[in-house]
Amino acid sequence: MADLTSNFLGIKSPNPFWLASAPPTDKEYNVRRAFEAGWGGVVWKTLGAEGPPVVNVNGPRYGAIHGADRRLLGLNNIELITDRPLEVNLEEMTRVKKDYPDHALIASVMVPCEEDEWKRIIPRIAETGCDGFELNFGCPHGMAERGMGSAVGQVPEYIEMVTRWCKEATDLPVIVKLTPNITNILMPAQAAKDGGADAVSLINTINSITSVDLDAMSPEPMIDGKGTHGGYCGPAVKPIALNMVAEIARNPGTHGLPISGIGGVTTWRDAAEFMALGAGNVQVCTAAMTYGFKVVQEMISGLSQWMDEKGYTSVDEIVGRAVPNVTDWQYLNLNHVTKARIDQDACIQCGRCYAACEDTSHQAISMSDDRVFDVKDDECVACNLCVNVCPVEGCITMETIAPGAMDERTGKVVEKEYANWTTHPNNPTATAAE
Amino acid sequence: MPQTNRENGISPARLAPADVQANFSDLHPAYDEHEARVAADRCYFCHDAPCMTACPTSIDIPLFIRQIATGTSEAAAKTILDQNILGGMCARVCPTETLCEEVCVREIAEGKPVEIGRLQRHATDTLMAQGKHPFTRAASTGKTVAVVGAGPAGLACAHRLAMLGHDVVVFEARAKGGGLNEFGIAAYKSTNDFAQKELDWLLGIGGIDIRYDQPLGKSVTLDGLQSDFDAVFLGMGLTAVNALRLDGEDKENVTDAVDFIAELRQASDLSKLPVGRRVVVIGGGMTAIDAGVQAKLLGAEDVTIVYRRGQEAMAASKFEQDLAQQKGVTLICNATPVGIEGNGSLTGVTFAYTETQNGKLVTLDETFTLPADQLFKAIGQALGDIPDTLKIESGKITVDAAQKTNVAGVWAGGDCASGGDDLTVTAVAEGRDAAMDIHATLTGAS
Repeated sequence: MADLTSNFLGIKSPNPFWLASAPPTDKEYNVRRAFEAGWGGVVWKTLGAEGPPVVNVNGPRYGAIHGADRRLLGLNNIELITDRPLEVNLEEMTRVKKDYPDHALIASVMVPCEEDEWKRIIPRIAETGCDGFELNFGCPHGMAERGMGSAVGQVPEYIEMVTRWCKEATDLPVIVKLTPNITNILMPAQAAKDGGADAVSLINTINSITSVDLDAMSPEPMIDGKGTHGGYCGPAVKPIALNMVAEIARNPGTHGLPISGIGGVTTWRDAAEFMALGAGNVQVCTAAMTYGFKVVQEMISGLSQWMDEKGYTSVDEIVGRAVPNVTDWQYLNLNHVTKARIDQDACIQCGRCYAACEDTSHQAISMSDDRVFDVKDDECVACNLCVNVCPVEGCITMETIAPGAMDERTGKVVEKEYANWTTHPNNPTATAAE
Repeated sequence: MPQTNRENGISPARLAPADVQANFSDLHPAYDEHEARVAADRCYFCHDAPCMTACPTSIDIPLFIRQIATGTSEAAAKTILDQNILGGMCARVCPTETLCEEVCVREIAEGKPVEIGRLQRHATDTLMAQGKHPFTRAASTGKTVAVVGAGPAGLACAHRLAMLGHDVVVFEARAKGGGLNEFGIAAYKSTNDFAQKELDWLLGIGGIDIRYDQPLGKSVTLDGLQSDFDAVFLGMGLTAVNALRLDGEDKENVTDAVDFIAELRQASDLSKLPVGRRVVVIGGGMTAIDAGVQAKLLGAEDVTIVYRRGQEAMAASKFEQDLAQQKGVTLICNATPVGIEGNGSLTGVTFAYTETQNGKLVTLDETFTLPADQLFKAIGQALGDIPDTLKIESGKITVDAAQKTNVAGVWAGGDCASGGDDLTVTAVAEGRDAAMDIHATLTGAS
């Protein structure tokens, strides 16, 4: 059976599934139960400065997007960092780490952007025996209004500065948690690296309003008739997170910087995808909040089965395996020609492919009087929309046209050689192929 | 479906072979991959799930369904088989409507449970189709255990013991293993010789030697087994049947339903299996339903199941009662047999109506006679000959919570032992639990 043990920045855990800094990791009671349920590590709910803790709203903190069967697809929250005294958290962290030496325990931290504040709290938290720190530069609501969280994460210079302070204050690994509420993830990632970060973790939540109460005319979640933007997370944000992880992993400036992948991880497959795109481990929150701690059992069994099937013996063998295949559009092979193929035995004759293609694409599907749908090769540009809208998995597939055969749409013979936009005759800045 | 043969008496080929074949196809056909994903998607992954509590073998149902949903049916199968090594058969024969599916929160909320049984079949079929046995044996303990009976209890016990490193010899009275899975379940619930395939697959663990034609009390004795083995598990089931105690019970076409069911399961060509034109079944349990429905599916023109109490008291589940009625079987309740008619061969059965008065079943004076050329008795089974040293209560071998009998070194489980319903899944749980206790006893781990 595959070995799922994880070594991220020298921090060992029984598996690569950590609970993200969030309500599930707010206290000793939860964290002990999480470890017993099988989680490999936790990032403790973000600690703030000493003194009176933050307060939370006393109305709803969460809003959600559901599928038709109430499947929770996206969750939004306006909860702040821990609202329990620092001392209580530190005592609990110390006890938990002592009892679970083989599990990862990371301290998430967020204090005002002053050197003293950071340098005072980091050594103090280190006394708990925690395995490392995660700097919360991501939280997009509440704390950001006070100059913390994503207010720091949106200014690369601040990221670099605070990261450097923290690195000066401890020998433990420092992970910088990035906000996706920026235009280019490479800049904050680069800043973290420049400040000496051992790793980045991403994504934190996305600014969002999940819905509007059309009677009260207020955003949800609604507090006494008003709402505010919250942080969006859950399965819906995974594609955004995957792209940001991949960008950091493939960009020459940040390539090799360890990544803890976060954003909608719900199943073993989600985790494997993050890891293939360069994440050394994953952090999970919404799946645990939706299904309970036990959900990790499926992640463990699924990842293990898949690794066995593929012959991978350790999780490190997966990490970054798909990164070389993430490229720019301009390098995609323009001589790779495919056509849609409809399996008539599998087709249930709903006509969705026809509607999509006829109304919104390239008019490349024909429909007979007796509802038989066929692809017109001389019109099909291989856009894949019919595949995506077809309700029957595997009914419509893309067939690669072999080199030497005719592409009936262009009237040209498909060429064997790879050729991309950079050398295409229509490209005014094309360089001649050597 | 056209009747091809209306002869009175017992006669083969009452329907065309193709019709018989269609009648005996899978009652709950296998899902394809897409259907399984859609069905799995309905599971809410309940906390401390009621379905799991309702399962006698405590299978982690929410987890295995989630594993199907995420495309890892093999992992799902492992979750099932960890708890219930005969999960494949239980997926087919469990009365899920009175167990896991009855308490599914979606049954309560919508009257439409997650189809747990079919999902379980999807997972176990996927794994078994790969032909690999998913468990390995622990290092040998050097201990040997005798298991009496190769039915669900005996096989579950033997497999768990073999897995824990003990060497097991199973003594089976019949020429074939599987017990009631092979001889006692309606054919449309276990198609394509599944019981034997599952048995062969189970033996893939290694360390289990089955010896056939070895009934207890004849070729082997409890004393002998106790002296030759470190422990003994008894799982021989109920080998005797109850009688009506009516004159004429010895008529040729008056037989035990269990024998008819067994004969049917062993028949190589069902369309050649003889059945009566007018069949009466006496009883109210699963055996009565299995016999009645199958007689109808073979082509009997009229089949009537007669039960002495009210319909609500039938041991057969509502689903099974509905199935019988759907197939055209008539159910008559509150009637008890008082006479077997026929001068020579069977011509009918006379019943008296009954009524429950002050909690007691009372036979009334009014009677009626059903014409019949075949009568099946399905009024319960009983222990066969059992060594005198074993303590018996209410017709079953007395066992404690760990399946221990009163005789040191002897455990028992399944239908022959006290406690639990007479179901395959209960037998598996008892066999497995006995194995764990035998292991603890033999290795001093308890």
